[in-house]
Amino acid sequence: MLSRLLPHPLLTILLSLVWCLLVNEIKLGTVVFGVILGLLIPIATAAYWPDRPMFSRPWKMIGYMVLVLWDILVANVVVAMIVLFKSNKNMRPQWVVIPLDLRKPEAITMLAGTITLTPGTVSADLSEDGRTLLVHALDADDPDAVRDDIKQRYERRIKEIFE
Amino acid sequence: MISLSDLGTISEIIVSALLVIGGFFTLVGSIGLLKLDNSMSRLHAPTKASTLGVGSLLMASMVYAFAAGDGSLHEVLVMAFLFVTAPISGNFIAKANMHRLRNKPDLPPPPPPPDHVWSTYSEK
Repeated sequence: MLSRLLPHPLLTILLSLVWCLLVNEIKLGTVVFGVILGLLIPIATAAYWPDRPMFSRPWKMIGYMVLVLWDILVANVVVAMIVLFKSNKNMRPQWVVIPLDLRKPEAITMLAGTITLTPGTVSADLSEDGRTLLVHALDADDPDAVRDDIKQRYERRIKEIFE
Repeated sequence: MISLSDLGTISEIIVSALLVIGGFFTLVGSIGLLKLDNSMSRLHAPTKASTLGVGSLLMASMVYAFAAGDGSLHEVLVMAFLFVTAPISGNFIAKANMHRLRNKPDLPPPPPPPDHVWSTYSEK
């Protein structure tokens, strides 16, 4: 019964929050209407979300986002230095192949998004069976080190959030 | 309408610093787009401009709004939508690039382990 009324509790919270941010004021009316939207939209779209529990440890998401934001900050400076001061001849663009431990499509999407957002790496494609990710690195001496870094730093944490 | 000089000195400095940082990284993104010499590397430049560049411009806008006493959190939404959509467009450009690089000697993507193909090249 509860899962009928609240098919996606996290989506409800997210939608209410986005509504309050859109209206850009915190009044009782706004919050109430946000919660109503947050309750109705998941019910209306429930048919398109076949697998219900997407996250198993959603609270770890906050720590992960802080980590990613910090990495974006650091990596931006590093890559800016590469772009400004390294000649094209000395640059070593590489393709990196990452075998994935993640299986859920949402988890892989999040990993691929993280890889693209952190400067210096762009995720390009997934293999046909969805078990290998192709990543392009702007300047890497050792593709294996990039692969291990991504697996250690991001994939392990995403696995904790989703599985 | 409040001009920048009506804010306190501290918030004035913070807003200015954030604007300069944002401008700098957006500029570096554009320089990278011009300077880098192969299409895949060139894709790295816009991902920087859209993360730290736009991010700190939006932070400047937010600090300014709060210092002016008219706080606004719209920027958080802009940032969130940007961070969700930027990788998607990057991914599409990367895939278009992979089709261009197909069967060419310069930087062909390696095939994934046992006889699978990248889904962009899939015939199914």
